[in-house]
Amino acid sequence: MSTVSSKKSASRKVAQSNRLTRGGRINRNKPLKFSYNGKTYEGFEGDTLASALLANGVDIIGRSFKYSRPRGIFAAGAEEPNAIMQLGATEATQIPNVRATQQELFDGLVSNSVNGWPNADTDLMSYIGKAGGKMMPPGFYYKTFMYPESMWMTYEKYIRKAAGLGRAPAEWDPDTYDKMNHHCDVLVVGAGPAGLMAALTAARAGARVIIADEQQEFGGSLLHSADTIGGLPAAEWVKGIVTELQRYEDVLLLSRATVNGYHDHNFLTIHERRTDHLTDRAPLNMSRQRMHKVRAEWVILATGAHERPLVYANNDVPGNMLASAVSTYIRRYGVVPGNKLVLMTTNDDAYQTALDWKLAGRDVVAIVDTRANPTGALIEEARKLGIRLIPGSAVIDVEGGKRVHGAVCCSIDATGSKVTSGKEVLTCDTIASSGGWSPVVHLSCHTGSRPVWNDEIIGFVPGAAKEQRLCAGAVHGVYGLGKVLEDGVNAAQQAVAALKLNQPEVELPSTFEPVKSPAMALFYVPHVKPVSRAPKQFVDLQNDVTAGGIALATREGFESIEHVKRYTAMGFGTDQGKLGNINGMAIAAMTMGKTIAETGTTIFRPNYTPVTFGAVAGRDAGHLFDVKRFTAMHKWHVEQGAEFEDVGQWKRPWYYPKAGESMHDAVNRESKAVRDSVGILDASTLGKIDIQGPGAREFLNRIYTNAWAKLDVGKCRYGLMCHEDGMVFDDGVTSCLGDNHFLMTTTTGGAAGVMEWLELWHQTEWPELEVYFTSVTDHWSTLTISGPNSRKLLAELTSDIDLDKDTFKFMDWRAGTVAGVPARVFRISFTGELSYEINVQANYGLHVWEKLFEHGAKYNLTPYGTETMHVLRAEKGFIIVGQDTDGSVTPFDLNMGWAVGKNKPFSFLGQRGMQREDCVRDNRKQLVGLKCSDSSVVLPEGAQLVDNPKHPVPVPMLGHVTSSYYSPNLGHGVAMALIKGGLSRMGDKVYAPLRDGRVIEAEICSSVFLDPKGERQNV
Amino acid sequence: MQRFSGFGLAKHALSHHENWQRMWRNPTPKKEYDVIIVGGGGHGLATAYYLAKEHGITNVAVIEKGWLGGGNTARNTTIVRSNYLWDEAAHLYEHSMKLWEGLSQDLNYNVMFSSRGVYHLCHTLHDLREGERLVHANLLNGIPNEMLDKDQVAREIPALNCGKNARYPVMGATVQRRGGVARHDAVAWGFARGADALGVDLIQQTEVIGFRQSNGVIEGVETTRGFIAAPVVGCVTAGNSGVMAQQAGFRLPLESHPLQALVSEPIKPVLDCVVMSNHVHGYVSQSDKGDLVIGAGIDGYNGYGQRGSYNTIEHTLSAIVEMFPVFSRVRMNRQWGGIVDTCPDACPIISATPVKGLFFNCGWGTGGFKATPGSGNVFAATLAKREAHPLAKPFSMDRFYSGALIDEHGAAGVAH
Ligand SMILES: Cc1cc2nc3c(=O)[nH]c(=O)nc-3n(C[C@H](O)[C@H](O)[C@H](O)COP(=O)(O)OP(=O)(O)OC[C@H]3O[C@@H](n4cnc5c(N)ncnc54)[C@H](O)[C@@H]3O)c2cc1C
Repeated sequence: MSTVSSKKSASRKVAQSNRLTRGGRINRNKPLKFSYNGKTYEGFEGDTLASALLANGVDIIGRSFKYSRPRGIFAAGAEEPNAIMQLGATEATQIPNVRATQQELFDGLVSNSVNGWPNADTDLMSYIGKAGGKMMPPGFYYKTFMYPESMWMTYEKYIRKAAGLGRAPAEWDPDTYDKMNHHCDVLVVGAGPAGLMAALTAARAGARVIIADEQQEFGGSLLHSADTIGGLPAAEWVKGIVTELQRYEDVLLLSRATVNGYHDHNFLTIHERRTDHLTDRAPLNMSRQRMHKVRAEWVILATGAHERPLVYANNDVPGNMLASAVSTYIRRYGVVPGNKLVLMTTNDDAYQTALDWKLAGRDVVAIVDTRANPTGALIEEARKLGIRLIPGSAVIDVEGGKRVHGAVCCSIDATGSKVTSGKEVLTCDTIASSGGWSPVVHLSCHTGSRPVWNDEIIGFVPGAAKEQRLCAGAVHGVYGLGKVLEDGVNAAQQAVAALKLNQPEVELPSTFEPVKSPAMALFYVPHVKPVSRAPKQFVDLQNDVTAGGIALATREGFESIEHVKRYTAMGFGTDQGKLGNINGMAIAAMTMGKTIAETGTTIFRPNYTPVTFGAVAGRDAGHLFDVKRFTAMHKWHVEQGAEFEDVGQWKRPWYYPKAGESMHDAVNRESKAVRDSVGILDASTLGKIDIQGPGAREFLNRIYTNAWAKLDVGKCRYGLMCHEDGMVFDDGVTSCLGDNHFLMTTTTGGAAGVMEWLELWHQTEWPELEVYFTSVTDHWSTLTISGPNSRKLLAELTSDIDLDKDTFKFMDWRAGTVAGVPARVFRISFTGELSYEINVQANYGLHVWEKLFEHGAKYNLTPYGTETMHVLRAEKGFIIVGQDTDGSVTPFDLNMGWAVGKNKPFSFLGQRGMQREDCVRDNRKQLVGLKCSDSSVVLPEGAQLVDNPKHPVPVPMLGHVTSSYYSPNLGHGVAMALIKGGLSRMGDKVYAPLRDGRVIEAEICSSVFLDPKGERQNV
Repeated sequence: MQRFSGFGLAKHALSHHENWQRMWRNPTPKKEYDVIIVGGGGHGLATAYYLAKEHGITNVAVIEKGWLGGGNTARNTTIVRSNYLWDEAAHLYEHSMKLWEGLSQDLNYNVMFSSRGVYHLCHTLHDLREGERLVHANLLNGIPNEMLDKDQVAREIPALNCGKNARYPVMGATVQRRGGVARHDAVAWGFARGADALGVDLIQQTEVIGFRQSNGVIEGVETTRGFIAAPVVGCVTAGNSGVMAQQAGFRLPLESHPLQALVSEPIKPVLDCVVMSNHVHGYVSQSDKGDLVIGAGIDGYNGYGQRGSYNTIEHTLSAIVEMFPVFSRVRMNRQWGGIVDTCPDACPIISATPVKGLFFNCGWGTGGFKATPGSGNVFAATLAKREAHPLAKPFSMDRFYSGALIDEHGAAGVAH
């Protein structure tokens, strides 16, 4: 124990060696412990994981994907390519690929690097990377691993082993996620100076505003800026604006909220992380993340710009960083990520980094400016501080492996295309580079607007707006604090005017603008060797894409920028090329002798930064994935121990096993009970559509294949529905409730589809028919009693419905009272037995059901499920649409030509389709019965039927078994099948060769196995 | 053509990879070709390759409005399988499957066809029944396919939730073990390189804007770079085929819909097969790079914008999280969409047209990537002989008049 603790305290001593004693937006009174690769470290409240690691002097945070090179933290925000971590203290809370630069530190955070074996510091894979690196140019895998053919799966196994960054948890996510919908007048994306001014202006005008920013605090670049606004330090000014915004009722401020996708019609999604900064697992009763789905009248993009790094040899060695990131770490987190800095820049802005470094009390070795003659306020300031300035030069190479040791500096020509002097090696441990700024045009790209190259700002800006979209600030190339603030106001004023609100008073605060000299366009730092021979000059750090790789791609003919991207994998990482893409495109253009504008850019797509699957799914997963629908009698079924079947969204009783019964036993018992006495089925799930209006009857005529003109009130009729192609897609009984009033029943699974079908035809084709459809499926419980004793049973529960067989006939319905509640009773049958379908309001369903059992005990009233229902209907040859049909079956194929009206005045859906040449062919597949030669055998459903099972493969097939059951009432199997020309092949033998090797012989017969004359239901 | 091999790589490494040849030329279009293929997607390029290789017709141009393979070929989720239900479709896709097996060697380009197995989950009795039907039909057609019970599924796909607590518990699955995935770009590039080497002109950034015909006979195509003549034209333009047919003066029973897909960030291998569910409605595989590659159904509306609606993404991801609760904390990196040309019977159209000499190959909808070599192969034969290849015959556009549809909605299911 003591050794462990002493080790710990020792490590704590060296801990935070890079932390400044003053400054930054961190709380030094609130230390937080966290672990990285099994070691414990300390940081402060306000840190990100990245700033805390840098504070502790951790150089290597992972290994690169392809070459296993050591990598360090490179940036400070969403553009970070290297610092990709595995987070999570428990198995269930693992999160792969978290960017350390965006993860706020909390006490107890557990992190690990994702690549490197045995660890990121000493990675054995790197030897392979070093040795094999030369043999792994882009696309190398297309050119090898091909021979012999059989080996690819083996090669692939090894390739896959090296795949991926972090890992998925092995246990289920314990957290929940929410969604919210919003409408607003103005959505401001980004809360930097431009966004804040835009939001303020819109808010003062009384607009409904949402302003979202991915960071934990509003302020954007101001959080680490040295500027003053209106005489206040920038961060103080931000506080004032935020306080005012918070006062407006109609302004929603979202921090830790990334606008990740911009879709058509100004629909945007915002991914808010509510608890990732607090704990590993969300606190109880709090969702971990939330997706905001926003419809905005106007969108103001104020997403700023990312600094572009420079591309030089070995620019990936830990210690190479973005200039602005270095400033951010110093100013915002009080961390100086090294001791000796060399800054390379193409512009004035980055000088601030050298100033910050110097003011932090550490050594600036030199500023290497690629411009021959830089002048400007910041340059003067650097000179005054005595910093060495090397103009007209560049860092062309880096010395060092696991950390920068030196910067190889040479002078270059005015266009930056070649090295013009010998080298000087500057000893240093940090190289910060700046190649200027790339506007964050990602969101505008999502809408399909192609970015446009702007030579003046040396960057792409959003193309013409496809939506009601405005831009403010750096996102469209407006730089300089004063101009940015003004631009924010302007954008909002445009929106305010369009919204017809009054323009509010907004005064622009004063700012100080240093005089700047023009920047130089430089996307590739020349080396003494040509691109193909220079040491690796990385463009996309995450995917190990080099300038040489891009040059190779264009040399091989991949000239479209999309081809370059795909061949090299540039921009395919989790950072989606935020840092590398522009340099890469410029290098591609350069190697082809074209301009960047000609080469163009690839398209950014959602997401701006990755979004948790769970957050997109929200609550619509697990038991809420899809609604479960239960009938009013569900509780009873559960109590009786029913097994359930999923039919559509419904849970239907499948069978009701008694103690010790198998499914087979239960189904046999249920089936016999119905035929011998009486059974009861919960048929409430069948779709029910109430159809009313003077056009109702004609509508039915057109939608069903059979005729409805003469159906009287009190009568029911079975009907088939076909799509235009003449193929059956639903069936059911429709009853005439009144002259202009019908009740249609549909299959359980087809109900919603039929409803849509009716509406589609009514609304788009036959609007002249006055007819109204209402889904009433859930309003009614349907209790089907079936069997010879069903009339006797029903008689005990109704006094006002005359059940006499000659007055209440088959296919009649009556209204009355059953078990004391109002009911509609339909005398229809799906079993072939005397049957009544009792419909009562759903609330009464259970009551009536229980009453039936009270009275039914003496008749052995037996509940039966869907399986028995299937057996009974199959004994009778009744079809189930979707089982005995599959979208390729006409009514005639089903031998149900009787259900097709021949003389309907108007046509009906499917009529033309079913008359096509192929649909009236003789040897179409037709529905027939099958009896196995061995009566003890039950054919498996789905078995294919052939004439000659010995025929060599491919064996010509006749059709397949659609339904098949053991019939306890007949003592043998009964099956239905669709067979080519089946109706004219009665008595023929066919064979079912099964996948288990058996071959079953069966005889084609009528599909009606029991009571062919229908006498049992006519009693 | 420069041969590719591991040895070649080593040799080129010594010369700093400076001597790799171009994959294909960038030719100026000639005035006239024997055959013009409109559309440089996988199908068009494969057609050109087989025309040259198997029929000796090399005076061929492929005309592509954008970049080679930049349409659905570049956007699809690369599932390859041949377990289709109806004989006509099964034989066509199986023809393609056989070409996949050996394609890398034939093209001397590694298309990374990985037969890691394609599972179709069954969640209802209906699914099981349809699964049995499919497996039996496939076996009799000589296409291996298996039915697994739920315990086997649980063993073979450990990350999948096979528990009873799922909203739609897994009851079994069919698996075509020869099925799998391939590298989409490599397929386009491999065929392109092969065709170019045999003399085919691949003409990029050139759009066909009309078909010139006289008396119902094709004479060539109007393009953004002028007229190019050919007595035989094959149009292979996927989601744009309805527009192209209109240019030629007839209509096709196609609907163009957005179809979306998405990928996660790359993660360590957790899934070594393709899992599809029609019922829960989503599918997923894991790429060699580690991304989970995910898709589901089309967006319901018609359109040509190559992006879809967010609600489809929401449904897709809730299906994936439902099937794989362990993926809930994984993050979605990128989404995109392509425009697919869907047919009423979910089968393609490979057909002569009312214009003599003009042929169309389209309607592959959500699932044509797997057919790339087969489609190109039979279409090449069709163009060479000006008469439908026997496997293509049932897919003629006449079938919408005769009613001889091949309804593959069941097998197409959740697309792909
Ligand atoms: C998201 C998504 C996922 C998919 N997943 C799968 C899957 O997993 N498995 C599967 O098998 N299939 C899948 N598919 C379907 C598959 O991508 C397509 O069926 C197949 O790629 C079609 O290939 P193609 O060559 O015909 O079309 P494309 O690759 O689209 O090629 C057509 C080409 O024609 C060009 N073109 C169009 N009009 C003109 C003109 N006027 N002039 C010149 N050129 C023109 C286009 O630019 C395009 O390059 C998916 C599709 C999408 C969108």
